[in-house]
Amino acid sequence: MKDHIPTRMGDGELVSMSAAEVKDDILAGTRDAAKRANIPELTKDDAQQLLGIMAEPSRAVSVAPGEEVIVTDDGCSMSFYAGQDSGGIGIPMSRLQAILTYERACAADTTSMGHSDYSFKPVKSIINFEMNAYYTASMMTTAPLFYGAQPNLGLYFQPDGPHPNPADLLPQRKIKEARATQEAAAEQLREDLVFVGKKLNHIGCEGLNFDTCGSAGDADFLAALLAVADLKKATPNMPVIMGASGEFVLGMHGELTFDEKQIAGMYPHEQAKVAEAAGVNIFGVAIGTNTTKSVVWNVARTATFVKATVAVANIPIHVNVGMGVGGVPMLEVPPIDSVTRASKTLVQIGKADGL
Amino acid sequence: MHIAHIVASGMGGIRTAGDLVAWMQITHKMKITEAKQYVADKLGIEVIDLTNEEIMRQIREERGIGVITAIAGDPKGIRAKFKIAELLNIHINSVDLFKSQMAYSG
Repeated sequence: MKDHIPTRMGDGELVSMSAAEVKDDILAGTRDAAKRANIPELTKDDAQQLLGIMAEPSRAVSVAPGEEVIVTDDGCSMSFYAGQDSGGIGIPMSRLQAILTYERACAADTTSMGHSDYSFKPVKSIINFEMNAYYTASMMTTAPLFYGAQPNLGLYFQPDGPHPNPADLLPQRKIKEARATQEAAAEQLREDLVFVGKKLNHIGCEGLNFDTCGSAGDADFLAALLAVADLKKATPNMPVIMGASGEFVLGMHGELTFDEKQIAGMYPHEQAKVAEAAGVNIFGVAIGTNTTKSVVWNVARTATFVKATVAVANIPIHVNVGMGVGGVPMLEVPPIDSVTRASKTLVQIGKADGL
Repeated sequence: MHIAHIVASGMGGIRTAGDLVAWMQITHKMKITEAKQYVADKLGIEVIDLTNEEIMRQIREERGIGVITAIAGDPKGIRAKFKIAELLNIHINSVDLFKSQMAYSG
């Protein structure tokens, strides 16, 4: 093994590290995750394997034959026609063309579609349009077709929505009012998620993706959990993916619970268990990338969270590995060397069921 | 970026058996090892061959569950999913709807 291993920082900068420095960053990354979430560190064998993955001379790396996993997505087909702000490449093609291209040209294990805004709130008012588009696509796709969007509780607060904004109330020390408005908004969000879910189930939806849950904190996460539980009663044959927005649920409310467990402060291994209790079919773990640390540090840290989550979950665990999560650098054009090393590590060391 | 993950870690979708294993994760909450074994048993092949294009290409055509290349008249889409649901003994929402619209009793 050569002693100058090319890798990157979390912001994508290409750097060179010695084998000793890589080992140090693996140890520091796994210790950081273990300490924060009170979970086991990676083993010495894991660390040695990770060193090997980082030191592979090839630009792109891959898992060993037989260790492949399922790759789901969060609106990847939209990247074909969307703009730069969505990581899109702006090809003038329809949603249906993009979905079929992703399935057949890219050989994706699953595919998906969604509204360009990618939040459930705007979908509600155009649900009939979306139902028609989904139905047409589902007649043509062979791989599982998901409909995805984000709960995005933030859209329910002023000035975008009807409810007073907790971000305005909290600085005024109006804690009680801030909690009340989040509870009211979360209930409205829950109703909208269930409304959209039932409508899509009516036209044979093969799977719903609640993407980036908890982005506005614990009330956002709770609304998604409650909506999943509602849908599992009303539409038991429609699978639901629930993806998290971060490694730690922010306590914007602080006192909300699900299944008698406090949601604020939940780490991935705890998030997955409440998702499982709600009836979720696949849970997506999201670990933020620290741009000031190396990819080695970030990937080791992510693998630690993932391995602990997979160990306790009875449902498939897929890892979010887009730009800025899962050890992938926070860069508009994520470098292939780092993406594939994160990919291989999270499958072979994290034991993820999918990405 | 998704393409990088598909190449590095993915099962290959309808090139191989990726969609079939995905159906089992989605509909029966199977972890990856269990899902692969289930599909391999249904197809009568070894797990390692689920991602073997040389094996899966022929199986997919023979069973009418959709191949990735464009063969005129060959099952794809809902026609292929109809057979996938039967092969894997699972409920697929779109297939159930299709059956109900066709007054199919099977």
